[in-house]
Amino acid sequence: MLTLEALDIRQGDFRLRADWSVAAGDRVALIGPSGAGKSTLLSVVAGFFAAASGRVLWDGRDLTGAAPGERPVAMLFQDGNLFPHLTAAQNVGLGIRPDLRLAPADKARVAEALARVGLEGYGARKPGALSGGQQSRVALARVLVQSRPLLLLDEPFSALGPALRAEMLDLVAGLCAEKGATLLMVSHAPEDAQRIADRLVLVDEGVAEAPVATAEAFARPSDRLRRYLG
Amino acid sequence: MAPRALAIGRGWPGRLAALCVAGFLLAPLGAVLWRAGGAGWPGAADWAAVRFTLVQAVLSAAISAALAVPVARALARRRFRLRGAYVALMGAPFILPVIVAVMGLVVVFGRGGWINDLLGLAGLGPVSIYGLHGVVLAHVFFNLPLAVRLILQGWQEIPGERFRLAAQLGAGPAEIRRLLEWPMLRRVLPGVCAVIFAICLTSFAVALTLGGGPRSTTVELAIYQAFRFEFDLGRAAMLSVIQFAMVTLAGLAALRLSRGEGFGTGFDRVVPRWDARGRWLRLADGAWLVVTGVFLLGPLAAVAWRGLPGLDAMPASVWTAARASLAVALGATGVTMGLTLAMALARRGWVELIGLAPLAASPLVLGSGLFLLLNPVANPASLALAVTMAVNVVMALPFALRIVGPAVAGVEADYGRLADSLAMRGAARLRWLVLPRIRRPLGFAAGLTAALSMGDLGVIALFADPERATLPLTIFRLIGAYRMEAAAGASLLLLALSFGLFALFDHGGRWRADT
Repeated sequence: MLTLEALDIRQGDFRLRADWSVAAGDRVALIGPSGAGKSTLLSVVAGFFAAASGRVLWDGRDLTGAAPGERPVAMLFQDGNLFPHLTAAQNVGLGIRPDLRLAPADKARVAEALARVGLEGYGARKPGALSGGQQSRVALARVLVQSRPLLLLDEPFSALGPALRAEMLDLVAGLCAEKGATLLMVSHAPEDAQRIADRLVLVDEGVAEAPVATAEAFARPSDRLRRYLG
Repeated sequence: MAPRALAIGRGWPGRLAALCVAGFLLAPLGAVLWRAGGAGWPGAADWAAVRFTLVQAVLSAAISAALAVPVARALARRRFRLRGAYVALMGAPFILPVIVAVMGLVVVFGRGGWINDLLGLAGLGPVSIYGLHGVVLAHVFFNLPLAVRLILQGWQEIPGERFRLAAQLGAGPAEIRRLLEWPMLRRVLPGVCAVIFAICLTSFAVALTLGGGPRSTTVELAIYQAFRFEFDLGRAAMLSVIQFAMVTLAGLAALRLSRGEGFGTGFDRVVPRWDARGRWLRLADGAWLVVTGVFLLGPLAAVAWRGLPGLDAMPASVWTAARASLAVALGATGVTMGLTLAMALARRGWVELIGLAPLAASPLVLGSGLFLLLNPVANPASLALAVTMAVNVVMALPFALRIVGPAVAGVEADYGRLADSLAMRGAARLRWLVLPRIRRPLGFAAGLTAALSMGDLGVIALFADPERATLPLTIFRLIGAYRMEAAAGASLLLLALSFGLFALFDHGGRWRADT
């Protein structure tokens, strides 16, 4: 279970508060206007940015102060999710060992993960020789081998077309179901949230509200959600 | 992007490296100050050296900057086939060994040189290359190209839209000059002059070869003479204090007034211009480019011309010295790159500041202090090559750091968060993220360091005994013994080694760098 305990995030004039938790295996979409702090909230969970006060807990363990790589977190950013000088297989392998000293069994896992995302035989290619969709798949293959219980997506598929984006989200939903992973994703498109998220968090006016069931939220939107959706 | 509030505790190697560099700069200085305490006040000869140092530096800076303006203007507004090569030529003196250039200048301007032959045909008396005008000539040879690069950078920072607007308003060359070019020059020229002034203040090899005598001795040269000929350590220390004060002030002024060393890219861009289409302006620009090109290439051609037959006349000591120089250059390159990487990765303000500090250091002052420190415990001559290497390392460090530092910062900005989220730290981060992505700047910096170290003629002159020498020092000795053929041959060898090392590292950085 992920718990944001009386979290208070400040950055200059900007302020965002959150005080809620998410059950393991939940898929949560963060929606809200740009600049509201969705990405910043993910940064705090991932350990890139410290909150002014409050704690981030995973299954009761306090993550505050832990380095990003020591958290039970795999994260995909808006861009730059692959190292362009490394091959697809090396990029995936970094999810197993950051020094890339891979045993034969590890290499088999890398190949398996690439096959799982539909890129069998693409291991030796560098990102420059892959399409945008294929690059996203490589990043997802790395998430797969990382086997972290918490997956954070900061709009990594926003550069893809609608069909490809839907395909990637389905792939993410499948991976989460397979691993029982908890998903926290930033989204600008309500249809993306409806597609794979079972819970919705509205981030607006300095507050990240407690998650509500997505279907419920869209069927009977609150005043604030209605204002955002327009 | 959210700021990195959770700093990850890394960078201790860089902090350690910075402390080592600071210690290496400060300990010799302390020794000099301590030793100078018992020495007398500067005498008439010392003040004459100070005066000469300042006069030659002022003249060199003023002439280099003044001549560079028309050349840079021609490069900025003309498009021609060899323009890229010409701009590259402007970068060459940075890696050209001073002694090689002096050799070339002597062949062209010296007593039996080409210019005097021409003057003789015209019935005019010979001119000497030694003394103030020789020192200034050599300094202009070295710094005119640097000035051209820095001023050209200023020209290219004038947005093309301004020239378009000026053309739209019907402005001619005179108006362009007043509206666009003169304000830029007023901004850029003080920095250019300050940088060249500071460089000429510490120039030792030029004064050693073309200066000398009571009327044309620089402070650096006076330190050397106090050491070698009078063995008056107190006087050397006193002069070192004077030199340190001058160089620190000039270095700080140069750092304040200038912005970068002109290594920037984008020189291949020519802003479209609608003024300056007149035939006379075209001819004038062409003439400036040709005359400058001949002035810079002439001495190099002279070294090749005289050096090829001289290769046979070289004594065996040249080859021994070449091997020693290669070892020093490669060692200095390795250590400098290690320090540069560590200090760039630390990414702290004070570490970077220490990395730039050697810009305000004088090699001869450093050498004097090291001599004072080592003399009681060891024979300085037996450590000559090691000391030369260490001094080469710190003198190359600021340049290497300015090239590699921004590249490392760029890698961290682009991929730091991804690497953090994958727990890539220490050696793994270096090997799989940083090194592959900074290969080009690292190779370039290594090439510069190797060439600088290969051609350096500085502290080695203080420390060496007859058995030990680097290649530049050997050439200096051959010139001193009037063995000009052998000196020219050795100069050609040194030229090939310096440029070869630079090309090797620079291309090594680019080779298969598919990033």
